[in-house]
Amino acid sequence: MIDVNRQGEVWVFAEQHNGELEDTPIELMGKARKLADTLGVKLAATILGDNVNDTVDKLIYYGADKVYLVEHSVLQNYQANSYAKVICALIHKYKPQIVLYGATITGRDLAPRIASATKAGLTADCTDLQIGDHKPPNDEQMHKNLLFQIRPAFGGNIIATIINYDRWPQMATVREGVMRMPEPDTARKGQLIKEKVELSRDCLALEILAEHKRPKKVNLKAARIIVSGGAGVGSKDNFKLIWDLANCLGAAPAATRAAVDLGFIDSDHQVGQTGTTVRPSLYIAVGISGAIQHQAGMSQSQKIVAVNNDPEAPIFQIAHYKIVGDLNKVVPRMIKAIKEKGIKEEKTVEHG
Amino acid sequence: MNDDGTVNRGALPAIFNPEDLNALEMALEIKEKFGGKVSVITMGLPAAAEILRDSLYRGANEAILITDKRCAASDTLATSYILSCAVKKLDYDIALCGRQAIDGDTAQVGPQLAEKLGVPQITYVEKLLELNGKTITAQRNIGNGWQQVRTKLPALLTVTSDANEPRAAAAKKMMKYKKAMTPIEVEQRVKDQNPHADEKSVKELAEHKCSELEQKGLLIKQWDLDFLEADLSWCGRSGSPTKVHRIQSVVLTAKESKNIEPTDEGISDMIHELIEDKIIA
Repeated sequence: MIDVNRQGEVWVFAEQHNGELEDTPIELMGKARKLADTLGVKLAATILGDNVNDTVDKLIYYGADKVYLVEHSVLQNYQANSYAKVICALIHKYKPQIVLYGATITGRDLAPRIASATKAGLTADCTDLQIGDHKPPNDEQMHKNLLFQIRPAFGGNIIATIINYDRWPQMATVREGVMRMPEPDTARKGQLIKEKVELSRDCLALEILAEHKRPKKVNLKAARIIVSGGAGVGSKDNFKLIWDLANCLGAAPAATRAAVDLGFIDSDHQVGQTGTTVRPSLYIAVGISGAIQHQAGMSQSQKIVAVNNDPEAPIFQIAHYKIVGDLNKVVPRMIKAIKEKGIKEEKTVEHG
Repeated sequence: MNDDGTVNRGALPAIFNPEDLNALEMALEIKEKFGGKVSVITMGLPAAAEILRDSLYRGANEAILITDKRCAASDTLATSYILSCAVKKLDYDIALCGRQAIDGDTAQVGPQLAEKLGVPQITYVEKLLELNGKTITAQRNIGNGWQQVRTKLPALLTVTSDANEPRAAAAKKMMKYKKAMTPIEVEQRVKDQNPHADEKSVKELAEHKCSELEQKGLLIKQWDLDFLEADLSWCGRSGSPTKVHRIQSVVLTAKESKNIEPTDEGISDMIHELIEDKIIA
């Protein structure tokens, strides 16, 4: 636990694996930059690893004023114990007021360990962060410029704003994909601070025996157009309609959790609270009722087209174009209309 | 919801968190293969005894309820502190937690508990690979793949729903353990059966009944913060750095929307508009 400290910096934990920065810390930098500017303090990235010097410039281009770099052979692979030990030491030394982590597997493994060791507050899986004031009930004192940690709660139809005013740093993990990735500015200058730490192999609690990573079958986050199917599509065979419409638009095929659970498509394609969060230019929702958990993953799309035979389906509340009708008739008409307009067919995914 | 934005747990049914069932199943499988004893701990209102009975039906050896009004409004940090006080009372090799709860789904209590116990954590466990007297080897789900890791015992694991299929309650065990009760439940039962008894005799009767149950292995242990020798400043509201600023119900709505006829013409016009607006390239 550190004291409340108004001059403290805003920190982002810059997750890297094998020297490659993850997307989430970079997405976070854009929002963290705004928070730091509102507070009038510096934004710093902390990066741990072995031979990760190459990431420093990138972190500065994406908005860091400072980069705390800790390099050590013991830190080559991420482990909760060793990483938490180093970050706790940095927190006690520099007393940041805010520390943010991506809500990745690593972030969700690491951040609670740090919160426990520093006895600080931590909010999981935030979808927005803001700066604001809070007056506790039965208390005269107004706490100014706190981190508002905003997240859906209880399945998503409630939004909770969480604060911690008496024990700092204020910490949060932030959902992957919900913050817009900032544009890099290669002219930006920042300060590199190399931290020396005493570490031995003893602080490695785990022995990593083997690791296997498979590439994702689809990159939904990068897609400009997404065609998504729900349980209403009816069957895996009928899901071909989704693939066909996606193919003629050069779009990425996606699905709701229900469609994934029914085996219509692989879980890599899942959009929503427990899937990927997307913000494409166009999201075409076919046979999707629009549970709030699904909306949480796609409501920030620029334009939403919804096709459903139930006029009461909640998806219509957020759709810009509402088509009440049989998807088996509507989707082929869409494909026909697109082909007539001579949309260039792009090479995309294969069916299956 | 309570006025302070925390959840009114009394208004909710006590349910077995799904991934905690996976953790229990893993514990039971370890017990069957390697021996040992499975103790189940939960912190909650007295009604959470139902979850503990369910654990006994499935094969747990011992059930412990941490219940104390001073636990109310605990966030994950305070919860993990209180749980750590309880786990330290037990002689354990492996602590298992569900990966995350279905209400807050923070996935924070497991790692926080591991830190408070000063033991290594293996989170997102989808498979137990090896166990001997000194080490445990498990496979973690790392999103797009897996990682196999080994660590020394004692250790804490958080278990995902992919790890196993939790077994159902066993009929024989149900017959036996449906009589298992916590001291609070015993006292309530005694009061109901002796509506005119004074406080002192209720207490005596309840104590007698509790020792009877204990001899039969049917007493669910009930621990409060005094028994745990917990530092109260780290429990409940005072031990919880996170507070609720505001709770809002949300209904998202599109700012502008159009109804499109599901006809060739309606759809063609919509596609035309999307191209004009450069939404479709």
